[in-house]
Amino acid sequence: MNHPLQRALVPTLSILLAILLNAAIISATGTDPIMVAERIIRATLGSSYGTGQVLFKATTLLFSALAVAIPFHLRLFNIGGEGQLQMGAIAAAISAAALPSSLTPWIAIPIAVFAAMTAGAAWASIAAILKIRYGVSEVISTIMLNFLAQGVSGYLLFHHFALPSTAHSAPIAAGAVIPPFSDLFGWFPSSPLNPSILAAITLTILFWAVLYRTRYGFEMRASGRQPLAAKRAGINPARHTLLAMALGGASAGLGAANLVLGYKGYYEAGMTAGAGFSGIATALLAAAHPLWIMASALFMGLLDYGGLAINALVPKEIFQVMTAVTILLVISATALSRRNG
Amino acid sequence: MGAAVQTRNITRKFGSFTAARNVSLTIEEGTVHAIVGENGAGKSTLTNIISGMLSPTGGELIIREKPVRFTSPRDASEEGIGMVHQHFMLAGELTVAENIMLGYEECGLFSPLNRKAINSRIRECGEEYSLALNPEAKVSSLSVGEAQRVEIMKLLLRNASIMILDEPTAVLTPMESTKLFTTLRTLAEKGHTILFISHKLDEVLSFADSISVMRKGEIVSTMPAAGATKEQLAGLMVEGRVRLRAENPPATPGGERLLINNLSFVDRRGVQKLRGLSFWLRAGEIYGIAGVEGNAQSELLQALSGMLQGQKGISGSIQLEGRSLLELSPRQITDSGVGAVPENRHTEAVITSFSVSENLIFGRHREHALHRGAGFNHEALRQLESRLIPDYGVLCQNPQKQQLEALSGGNQQKVVVAREMTRPNLKLLILAHPTRGIDIGAIETIHRKIIEARSRGVAILLISAELEEIITLSTRIGCLYNGAISREFTQEECDMKRLDGPEFQKEIGLYIT
Repeated sequence: MNHPLQRALVPTLSILLAILLNAAIISATGTDPIMVAERIIRATLGSSYGTGQVLFKATTLLFSALAVAIPFHLRLFNIGGEGQLQMGAIAAAISAAALPSSLTPWIAIPIAVFAAMTAGAAWASIAAILKIRYGVSEVISTIMLNFLAQGVSGYLLFHHFALPSTAHSAPIAAGAVIPPFSDLFGWFPSSPLNPSILAAITLTILFWAVLYRTRYGFEMRASGRQPLAAKRAGINPARHTLLAMALGGASAGLGAANLVLGYKGYYEAGMTAGAGFSGIATALLAAAHPLWIMASALFMGLLDYGGLAINALVPKEIFQVMTAVTILLVISATALSRRNG
Repeated sequence: MGAAVQTRNITRKFGSFTAARNVSLTIEEGTVHAIVGENGAGKSTLTNIISGMLSPTGGELIIREKPVRFTSPRDASEEGIGMVHQHFMLAGELTVAENIMLGYEECGLFSPLNRKAINSRIRECGEEYSLALNPEAKVSSLSVGEAQRVEIMKLLLRNASIMILDEPTAVLTPMESTKLFTTLRTLAEKGHTILFISHKLDEVLSFADSISVMRKGEIVSTMPAAGATKEQLAGLMVEGRVRLRAENPPATPGGERLLINNLSFVDRRGVQKLRGLSFWLRAGEIYGIAGVEGNAQSELLQALSGMLQGQKGISGSIQLEGRSLLELSPRQITDSGVGAVPENRHTEAVITSFSVSENLIFGRHREHALHRGAGFNHEALRQLESRLIPDYGVLCQNPQKQQLEALSGGNQQKVVVAREMTRPNLKLLILAHPTRGIDIGAIETIHRKIIEARSRGVAILLISAELEEIITLSTRIGCLYNGAISREFTQEECDMKRLDGPEFQKEIGLYIT
């Protein structure tokens, strides 16, 4: 199981199996699976608008998957991507709305993006500090922080920043809008796909390089695998815990920036729509390997948008079941092949 | 009596590597059989097959005239086969008694455990076989030696009629080993069959009935212990002649390097571990600390490596060339020129899933000479590898690809020793059981390297349960008992007494028990 192609075999086979299983589910609801598949492909890859939508969804997923994958290499399970995304989103919206409208994008966008990253990082750091200081499991604290983020962002929105009789905040300054590719170059017409995707890809590659090519990554992998040995070797596992969680949170913040600055233009209740949770699945699907995450984000983005496109044929709930079945199947098959391999 | 265990042409392959090849062996019931061989000779593979941990890729296993096919240790256990592994199979969070009961609770799933009965059985058994254990103690709080006693006790209490022990004495002192073998002899007389792996030819010759020598996955010879000699066995184990003793030219110590003064430590549970420990160590000498496992060696090692930094309950001082080490972090300590081969290789010294070459720099990865940009200078790494791997005789095919865990224990240890001994500006080298559980060839290499480092002027602190090792290598010897040095032998005394090793061992034995 050393050759990369061999390693890709099991996930590929399990995806094929999942497709068959999903076809059976669709048939059971009384719809023709071939027609559904055709409709999904036509809606996603069949048009440049659809492709743009898929890539846009994949961008947010890539960011939120990195929020899970970075701490995962320290054996930390960040369930808090959703909360970090929400805090990032409201921070981006508030800061971008407060900027003077005449401010140039070259300054406005970095300020709003920085605010989103800081908010996400700070939110994730709370879990890291609780872990280092008091030994609280990051799984529990990040779940709790998700609820807390829900409350805090809801309070901020409805009691301070929402426009009268709406569920969203004031529109952001014109300079803070990340222009979509369709406005910039006419690519993927009218889809929200924007240069954030380039940032996401760069970040993923950078993460891979840091993890496997730098001393920081060396220390990080060591303290994730054998913390006691790492400590004896003069590595400070606590510092790595804090940094990895903060970086994960910052990445979730970037995902939020993509949604607020690159799409909505304001903060709206429920706008993250569980992308933080989908990020967990995306990261697990790729076993947290930085480069495979790109493939799994694309796949999840495809399902995400494909599901919307066939709403009329297949109920949304059934499509959610199908997505979950796929993820479960791939993850269990991969785990199984690893144990026997 | 018939054969208890018989193997016929047993072969086990791991991928393209054959760990055991056509092994045919017969062990009579009621005998003590020893298997000797270098690290990686296939001893553990063979015993793992007999105990059901591994299934053979070829051949037949026959237990009491009955062909068997084990798919798990549980199957083997049902045939009365029990094993004490070199790496203990204990649940750290449970107590001694709970570990012993685990899987054999002897009561219903939802009925309460019969603690009283088990506790008293543990105490009885402990007295009978000199395996003193507190049944209520949590296993994670035990020292290595104590944990091993739990493993042995587990077998004893489960009445396994065929007992397999993988290097049972690796962590015991000679006296404890003698006690253990007395236990094993008694059991053999009662009809139990004992199979054990050892590197110590002396104990094999004195305690086993028959001996098999393995080399490169094959049994090269099986003979009765009576009449066999140490040289004969050593010769069969390794090609070529071996010296069993390291040459130890007289030491010429320099100035004082390490000064430990009145060091005391009370752990979190309020148990006093170190009790006013004091000694000093000069450049260019080896200070050997002899002692039975569990006499605060671990705590001394932790204090010396910065693992007790900021903990309560510590008093006294540790000074390296006048600088106090107690307030320093592990990193600051290594940066001030201290190298260490820790007690537990797997949890403290290596990252088993990293490659051999990554492990060679693990803990030394902050050295500027190995850096390029934010990453590593691969040329420097290759240079380090090509220097250390042959020099320390590490057997591995591809240091950059091969994971450390794919190497045998002895080769893993050589990686750690090579890394620690070649630190630049090494002032103090702390060696905890540097040759525990490794073969004669590797021991010889490591001993030679220790003497070399001493001659270079490194101050060496050697902690070992192996008295022969302590006597052979040490310039001065301190006997550790109950957290303090109970007797110190000067350089003159050591030089003189070394001439009669066995007698010196007995004398040291008096101060460590």
